Amino acid sequence: MDNGAGARSTDRAPVTPQTNGDRGTPLLRLSGIGKNFGAVQALRDVDLEIYPGEVLALVGDNGAGKSTMIKTISGIWSPDSGHVFWEGKEVHVRNPRDAAALGIATMYQDLALADNLDIVQNMFLGREMLHAGLLDETAMERHAKKTLSDLSVTTVRSIRQPVGSLSGGQRQAVAVARAVLEDAKLVIMDEPTAALGVSQTAMVLNLVKTLSERGVSVLLISHNLVDVFQVANRVAALYLGHVAGTYPVSELDTQRAVELITTGALAGSSASAGRD
Amino acid sequence: MSTSPQDAAVAGEPTPDAGGGVDAQDLDSTSDSTKLASDAMVADTFGEYISAQWVKIRGGESGVLPVIFGLVVIVIIFQSKNGKFLSGLNLVNLLDQGAFIIMLGMAEVFVLLLGEIDLSAGFNMAVGAIITAELAAPPHNVTWSLAILAGVASCVVISTVVGLLVTRLRLPSFIVTLGFFLGLQGVILSLFSHDSHASGGNINISNPVLNDVVNGNLTPTAGWIVMAAAVVGFAGLNLYRDQRRRRSGLVTPPFALTLVKIAGVAVAGVVVVLVCNRNRGGFLISIKGVPWVVPIVLVVLMGYTFLLNRTRFGRYLYAIGGNAEAARRAGISLNRIRLTAFMLTGVTAGIAGVLYESYLGSISQNVDGGTQVLYAVAAAVIGGASLFGGRGKMIHAVLGGVIIAAIANGMNLINLSAAATFMVNGLVLLAAVTVDAVGRRGRAAT
Repeated sequence: MDNGAGARSTDRAPVTPQTNGDRGTPLLRLSGIGKNFGAVQALRDVDLEIYPGEVLALVGDNGAGKSTMIKTISGIWSPDSGHVFWEGKEVHVRNPRDAAALGIATMYQDLALADNLDIVQNMFLGREMLHAGLLDETAMERHAKKTLSDLSVTTVRSIRQPVGSLSGGQRQAVAVARAVLEDAKLVIMDEPTAALGVSQTAMVLNLVKTLSERGVSVLLISHNLVDVFQVANRVAALYLGHVAGTYPVSELDTQRAVELITTGALAGSSASAGRD
Repeated sequence: MSTSPQDAAVAGEPTPDAGGGVDAQDLDSTSDSTKLASDAMVADTFGEYISAQWVKIRGGESGVLPVIFGLVVIVIIFQSKNGKFLSGLNLVNLLDQGAFIIMLGMAEVFVLLLGEIDLSAGFNMAVGAIITAELAAPPHNVTWSLAILAGVASCVVISTVVGLLVTRLRLPSFIVTLGFFLGLQGVILSLFSHDSHASGGNINISNPVLNDVVNGNLTPTAGWIVMAAAVVGFAGLNLYRDQRRRRSGLVTPPFALTLVKIAGVAVAGVVVVLVCNRNRGGFLISIKGVPWVVPIVLVVLMGYTFLLNRTRFGRYLYAIGGNAEAARRAGISLNRIRLTAFMLTGVTAGIAGVLYESYLGSISQNVDGGTQVLYAVAAAVIGGASLFGGRGKMIHAVLGGVIIAAIANGMNLINLSAAATFMVNGLVLLAAVTVDAVGRRGRAAT
């Protein structure tokens, strides 16, 4: 297995600028992951690597297994077969708490923010800072403020306004800030730009870039290839439950990506880094 | 002689309401520093703060202001119909009448915040009250503190069972508590049938302490001391919090605003104590002093407000009520928080039971816990708590309870029938829910 991984990583073209050929240990490596639901094979023999600080886009048609994949990584479901390596060591992620302990933050499409709580309260929900056993609002507000300004989120009028009054992009920003606050090393974003306007989308994509610059890896699930090409370092295409190929974004264009998504292969592909 | 109390009454007209109102607003926004901060974000001076507040009201986030406005209107109507409405005797009477509804309303706030409801709280309160009364009465003659403890404990046991059914079996709280609503009436009857000393399905409260909970008064001096302590504590907390925020470089509400608030609370406190310390008895018997029940309700109100705003438990109540899924994903144990909320409802219902039997001077097997619990839910909703969870404060139950008590009291004073009282209460509740729903739509639209 290790041999296979080694072989694959040698023939993969360098992507992230700071690395050259050898990119060190992947932050997360999936090896031969399979997941069945009854007779339905949702994932089969999935291999995937995510390196520190890279943005890996996961594309695929409906039913290709994207959701199953992120739910497996984030601990909602355990894989039926295969191995998960985190920073080179094999780990067993059995529930979302395990994933969070490793440093995996998952942002689902619905974001799961409490509309009636304000930005600070949402960012610290479940991890409130305490002072003598009581909520330390001052410290939390200070941290929240700093985190948001580090992420260059400036469109929010007040960090004490309820999240329900925010726009879609601002809500994404709060969710990202939440992930940053918990020192996530890998942020999984499920369709973060779906249902967002142009400027909001730009804002969210900027957040993705900022995260990556801070050394946080991002696994970006998106239907929107324009977004993918804007921020991703590499693109992994899922086709019928397995990885049809992983390519540096420089080797793909929209047309080829669509081909990969719809047929699971590239005609005349030479640079394919994936199996199958 | 006849003009002077009248004058005092007129001068003090906005007192109990505005008094309660300012009080309310203060507790509201100070204990909830979040609100302050959001206002302060766009306001550096007092004037700007006021205009920011106005924008907020128009945006549907009115807080307690409409409720206070409604209360003022109610007071004006009743006072114009009957000059006795604002007399010291009647105002104190109103406080006594409203106390257990307020307490039961605070009990409901815990579950309302979760988007649940406890219809059994009224009869739960009655069960606790009966157990307390039976223990304190001959032949048991248990000391008052133990009797109360036993009553409250039995309420907690009942509400724990309710909470377990709701959390473990995932049954809707409406149905579970409806079941208890019916079942507990049977428990009450059986409690009376096993008590040979309850004459005619009635137990009198003979224990002097239990009796004094609502009917006894602080001495005038003690009233002043308690009031002064409360105001100083309130001022200290506010100034300390502002100071802390300022030192951390966070936006702080304008100093003038904090002063106005503290002054408001002080004025309200002084007026309440003044009204209560005036002799409201006849020439022969002098009755004066702040009723015990006022500090009791205030202490519970402050304690619970603190619990909701300053502890993780409180924060999680709001989070679960706002978005249970978000709370679950944040690693919050939903069942533990929910169960605790139901248990706190039980504790508070138990306290309400003590106030109830003390006010009546007895407890009967025909106790109407059904009406009381509906009044309690109505009080919380009229005050501004949402039935859908995630929105509401303890002060809402207090304000709503005062409104309900004021209507009942005023209707009685101007000799309107019970029929009219019910209808007016219903209308007020509908109006409150409408204001809430329209406000919510306003919020959603912005």
